[in-house]
Amino acid sequence: MRPLEIKKDVFWVGAVDWSGRDFHGYSLSPLGTTYNSYLVKDEKTVLFDTVKAEFKDQFLCALAQALGEAKLDYIVASHLEPDHSGCLPDLVEALKPEKIFCSPMGEKAMKAHFHYRDWPVEVVQSGSELSIGRRSLRFLETRMLHWPDSMFTYIPEDELLISNDAFGQNWATSERFADQVDPSTLKRAMTEYYANIVLPFSSVVLKTLDQVRDLGLRVDMLCPDHGLMFRGPDVAMALDAYRDFALQRPEKKAVIVFDTMWRSTEKMALALADGLADGGVGVRVMSLKANHHSAVMTEVMTAAAVAVGSPTHNNGVLPLVAGMLAYMKGLRPRNKLAAAFGSFGWSGESVKVITEWLESMGMDVVGPGLKVRHVPEHRDFGQCYDLGRELGRAIVEKVESKA
Amino acid sequence: MKKHVCEVCGYIYDPAAGDPDSGVPAGTGFEDLPGDWVCPVCGADKTNFSPEA
Repeated sequence: MRPLEIKKDVFWVGAVDWSGRDFHGYSLSPLGTTYNSYLVKDEKTVLFDTVKAEFKDQFLCALAQALGEAKLDYIVASHLEPDHSGCLPDLVEALKPEKIFCSPMGEKAMKAHFHYRDWPVEVVQSGSELSIGRRSLRFLETRMLHWPDSMFTYIPEDELLISNDAFGQNWATSERFADQVDPSTLKRAMTEYYANIVLPFSSVVLKTLDQVRDLGLRVDMLCPDHGLMFRGPDVAMALDAYRDFALQRPEKKAVIVFDTMWRSTEKMALALADGLADGGVGVRVMSLKANHHSAVMTEVMTAAAVAVGSPTHNNGVLPLVAGMLAYMKGLRPRNKLAAAFGSFGWSGESVKVITEWLESMGMDVVGPGLKVRHVPEHRDFGQCYDLGRELGRAIVEKVESKA
Repeated sequence: MKKHVCEVCGYIYDPAAGDPDSGVPAGTGFEDLPGDWVCPVCGADKTNFSPEA
């Protein structure tokens, strides 16, 4: 891998994961991803984060080229998740850095990951500054963005903000900057990343954005640990996008997510979709057999409503639906309308189970859940359509009242 | 009534504000929070909180 000099004596030295589709074991990265690491050469040479262990060769190749004759003095570990810390043990052993800097919670995470004895770890407090020669590093703790250990580093002399996972996107590209790629694909990748990784911590995002503004940090380049970097006017675009994501402003859109046995629940989903669409609402019909829960979540994040369907199976819901509900609840979507539906044979608990889940997420459940015995007929489709219309009216009212 | 800090994420529970999103009204002391109350930012339970210094 070739390093890229992004500012004078500042290098991108990451790795591109063209083929990875499983991101962190719980979400998909349909376009692959990158693991970004940054090297700053000053009187002290500083590396920010490493890459996933499997990409060590690519990474060391880029790092060696960027280092040239220089010795690596410091490592800043902004976040200890293994896709950023995976090469730490090898680097510490091979390059013997003088110091490894991390946040207070970073030290705890580093110990628990690597069980080291004699690493030269030094904890930095939020707001503290470290001179490395011509430049200084300003550390900003960003706990729960998205782990307790997470930290930003700002380099005032370069107006450069290294933001770790915040502002990241899963997209494997040969381009390194946002202004070199298709903007709508980029926005999609940012949304997907936020919806599946950052969403539960939206209150921290808003606080951090305010902090960056209040500190008066001038940012000319924003460098996340995944995907494209932002420079010039794209920095404001990324910051604004995060504020929009964090505020969870609903769009005039509904997601119908379901699983089905003999297609009855699927037919109900389609009738519901017709009702919504006739009410002027955009609809995404997402079967859980065709869509991974992380793809569903990407759509749910920006939608005003989510309708969840499952047939009753062994007095409960189908396993993919249970998994979807558990995943969605953990991501703490806010400000949503919801509905429940499903077919059943004899006992019919699924709609009640789904409704309880939706209410436990603080969603505003519209109408009584719809249950159909075995196979829906004309009258049942009418009820599904009507529920779609009712939900559609509630969505339009919600979105327009906020406008 | 004393504020309490989450040791995991730094969230500060302020009794004067309560935690309305979790159904805890303003004016609820930390000691009076339900046993199953968790930090609204990181999800840590009450045992991870300590009185603000």
